[in-house]
Amino acid sequence: MSSSPRGAIWTSAIVALVLTLVPLPGWLTILRPDFLVLVVFYWSVQTPRSVGVGFGWICGMLLDAFQGPVLGEHALAVALVAYLAVREHQRIRTKPLLQQALVLLAVLVLYEFVLWAIDGWSGHPLTTPLRWVPALTGALLWPLVAGVLAQSYRLRA
Amino acid sequence: MAGFGTRSGSPHSRGGSPGFRFTLYALLSVVIMVLDQRMDLLERARFLLQALTYPVEVSVNAPLAGWHWLEQAFTSRQTLEAENRQLRTRMRDLEVRTLRFDALARENAALLGLKRAVPPVAERWLPADIVDIDLSRLRQRVLIDRGTQNGVYRNQAVLDDAGVVGQTMHVGPWSAVVLLITDPEHDLPVQIARTGFRTIAVGTGDPNALALPYLPANADVRVGDVLVTSGLGGVFPSGYPVARITQIHRAAIQPMNQVLAKPFAHLQTDRAVMLLWFRPDSPAAPVHTHEGQLRSGNPAAQPLSPPPPPPPPACAPASGAAASGGAKTVVPGVSTQSRAAQAVPAAPATVKPTPVAPPRTSLRHHP
Repeated sequence: MSSSPRGAIWTSAIVALVLTLVPLPGWLTILRPDFLVLVVFYWSVQTPRSVGVGFGWICGMLLDAFQGPVLGEHALAVALVAYLAVREHQRIRTKPLLQQALVLLAVLVLYEFVLWAIDGWSGHPLTTPLRWVPALTGALLWPLVAGVLAQSYRLRA
Repeated sequence: MAGFGTRSGSPHSRGGSPGFRFTLYALLSVVIMVLDQRMDLLERARFLLQALTYPVEVSVNAPLAGWHWLEQAFTSRQTLEAENRQLRTRMRDLEVRTLRFDALARENAALLGLKRAVPPVAERWLPADIVDIDLSRLRQRVLIDRGTQNGVYRNQAVLDDAGVVGQTMHVGPWSAVVLLITDPEHDLPVQIARTGFRTIAVGTGDPNALALPYLPANADVRVGDVLVTSGLGGVFPSGYPVARITQIHRAAIQPMNQVLAKPFAHLQTDRAVMLLWFRPDSPAAPVHTHEGQLRSGNPAAQPLSPPPPPPPPACAPASGAAASGGAKTVVPGVSTQSRAAQAVPAAPATVKPTPVAPPRTSLRHHP
């Protein structure tokens, strides 16, 4: 627990980015959770000393580079997720996975809300309700993602 | 690398620190967003980003591309033969059709009272492969493997073998993002081929539907009508097929019809598209406008414009062809009521420099 698992952190971030970009057929694309946000959330909660707002911002910027209609949009939203996770990491860490998933759901909804608001302000509105689906699937997949990341943590640390 | 946070103290003791850093990063994001909105300021950065992200996008796409390649490599002789036969037939059909093209062009020129036929508006085209990447979950965008190295420019027209696909948005050195016509942000000036009625086709976010929200309730539209580009807006030349009207909801209490059309282009299954360059002196060519300037048709295509220095003699027929074209498009006088906000404002601007040609100008000024 003492050393920060840098290798694991960056590997998981890159894997998450690739998972975000890989083309999926039809409905799976809409269901695809924001993997990179889940990864940022996990590491911010587990290792708040080495991963935080800055890491989240960089990851968000990566998302912007590939997918953002406006540069800086995802950066702000992911940094917010990281900030919340670091601030509340002790409370979140001690909770069982199911409650963690609930917290995550709230955070993801906030994340999507920030994106939705910036989309609207910047003149790239996307009003379909489908845009909120990834928040739900992200929370549902949380036990799985957390399990995989915990495994990588144990291996590297 | 991972250490972006402060190293000092335990997480408990730096309660205010993450908040401070978040404020800092949030401000930075906002500054970047504002800069990005003022398009030109971050144009260089966007170009660079396209360059940097392209290798990643290609490598993410590599397994799929490899699979397609394998599929190709192991297709049976029979399949190939069948495909070959099919393509041969198609090519012969197209050739037979183009055999008559020159004759038709001459005939058309004669009908329009021109001295000679005008060459087609497309001067050069370049095939581009689609890099299959999820650019955005719900937005209608694709990445193509051509960029400024191939002469691709911003807002360039992209087509496929069936119709209009979209236009380039962010262009990098080796890649470009194409905004599809079905993206909610895309507005395409179109014309109903049967009547010449001009309107705007707006993307719905559904790859199979365009909406025509500005058609007045009394507009002459039928299911099955073909929409072609109108040449306004400065991106697409006139006359390219866009979509076929599939649905018309006429609600008596609403001033506008709700009309949907299905794009001709195979937006979902395309693996390759065409980038087009246009002959700027052709009457059908779109004109490149700067921001703030009123979008209009090709000045060369306006009636009796002050004779522009014509490199090819095709210019004289150009203005003539446009004159008749312009007259035709005015025919549906209906277009002047609520639609006026979108399609017609281009007209007065184009008329200004040419106070001659009285019949058209007077018609267009009818509110």
